[in-house]
Amino acid sequence: MTKDQINKETVYKYLEHVNDPEVPVLNVIDLGIVRDVVLLDEDEVEVTITPTYSGCPAMDVITINIRMVLLAHGFKNIKITQKLSPAWTTDWMSEEGKQKLKDYGIAPPTPKQQVCNEKLFAEEAIQCPHCNSWHTHRVSEFGSTACKALYVCDDCKEPFDFFKCH
Amino acid sequence: MEKNFKDGESSKVPPSEGFREAYTLHLADDALVLGHRNSEWCAHGPVLEQDIAITNIALDLIGQARNFYQYAAQLINGFKKAESSRASLLERGFEAEASEDSLAYLRDRHEFKNCLLTEQPNGDWAKTILRQFFFSVYQYFLYEKLQVSKDHQLAAIAEKSLKEVTYHLRWSSEWVIRLGDGTEESHQRMLRAIEELWLYTGELFEAAGYEQHAAKEDLGVDPSSLKPKWEEKVKEIFSEATLPYPNKVPMEGGGKKGDHTEHLSSILADLQFMQRTYPNSEW
Repeated sequence: MTKDQINKETVYKYLEHVNDPEVPVLNVIDLGIVRDVVLLDEDEVEVTITPTYSGCPAMDVITINIRMVLLAHGFKNIKITQKLSPAWTTDWMSEEGKQKLKDYGIAPPTPKQQVCNEKLFAEEAIQCPHCNSWHTHRVSEFGSTACKALYVCDDCKEPFDFFKCH
Repeated sequence: MEKNFKDGESSKVPPSEGFREAYTLHLADDALVLGHRNSEWCAHGPVLEQDIAITNIALDLIGQARNFYQYAAQLINGFKKAESSRASLLERGFEAEASEDSLAYLRDRHEFKNCLLTEQPNGDWAKTILRQFFFSVYQYFLYEKLQVSKDHQLAAIAEKSLKEVTYHLRWSSEWVIRLGDGTEESHQRMLRAIEELWLYTGELFEAAGYEQHAAKEDLGVDPSSLKPKWEEKVKEIFSEATLPYPNKVPMEGGGKKGDHTEHLSSILADLQFMQRTYPNSEW
């Protein structure tokens, strides 16, 4: 592999094969957690990632998996840097990622209606990913992972996860 | 994993002062101890959804603690190199180098700088909710200010954490209202929780030496400046919750300086047991 054959875009393509272990339908590019890729030499690369939540236990696994994928593509010197600022936001999630989430049964973040402040008892209209009804209500603002809230659909009665605003 | 700890301007502050390490450890200890307390609810929550909620909050807090400890370790290691003969907080000899683990698992009780509020036992659900509420209001206004710290790493951790704390604040406020303005029983339990926890709230706003120093250098926040906003928010939620705002002056303190209630000992016995008994064990 030479420098001519490989560029930033290629590395981003490789990283599309690293999935979030907790939401396996999304890869790290969909999630928007890869903030930068710098090719330092033909077999040397630095990847900057940012966590979704401070305590997200998936970050360590994601770091290992990024390393494995890049090793498999011939990189020998791989530096993975974690950067906290600017803080990750669901706005960085790709449109493709949002569609994948919906197909998987998780309501994707919907930026326009998000309640991101400390206002109380504010319930936003979240569309059921199963039957598309807007008649849903929140069961808990914390779900099976830090990034999700728990909802239930009042029409089809199915419970579902909502990838909450952040 | 390597972390990005470039903190530009803040490096102008002479490393020999030691207050920045102490301040960072204080922020870490608050988050770790409250996170640990909340984690004790794991599988014991009143209903499944709220069990998940309180353990998610625990996870956020422990994540924040990790970020602060990792930074503190980096500061301490740099500090140690610069002044290897210097005593004080570093004298205890962390193995070769300080790490997030050595700071959490190998410091003694008197070295912890968390506020007494965070180490108070869980009690019933009302007490746990109220403790979280008091602390989340404080942490919300603290991080809001710390985001613009001259120390870029402290600012970055605060910016990241503030989003999480916003959820904690909303959740705990709603629960204070639900319980305060709920049944006779839940109201009584909230009154008892206020009785038990109020005396520990004053310490949040009394600046320890390292906080004063950090605030003076624009690296940290003078906690006394957070008090008016804290009081306003607590009054607003208490009024909604039909709970009386206490007029007693909260007087218990000392945690920030290492004078703890006996409760911290039992937390540390639990938290540190494995590393103390089987040093450097991993899984």
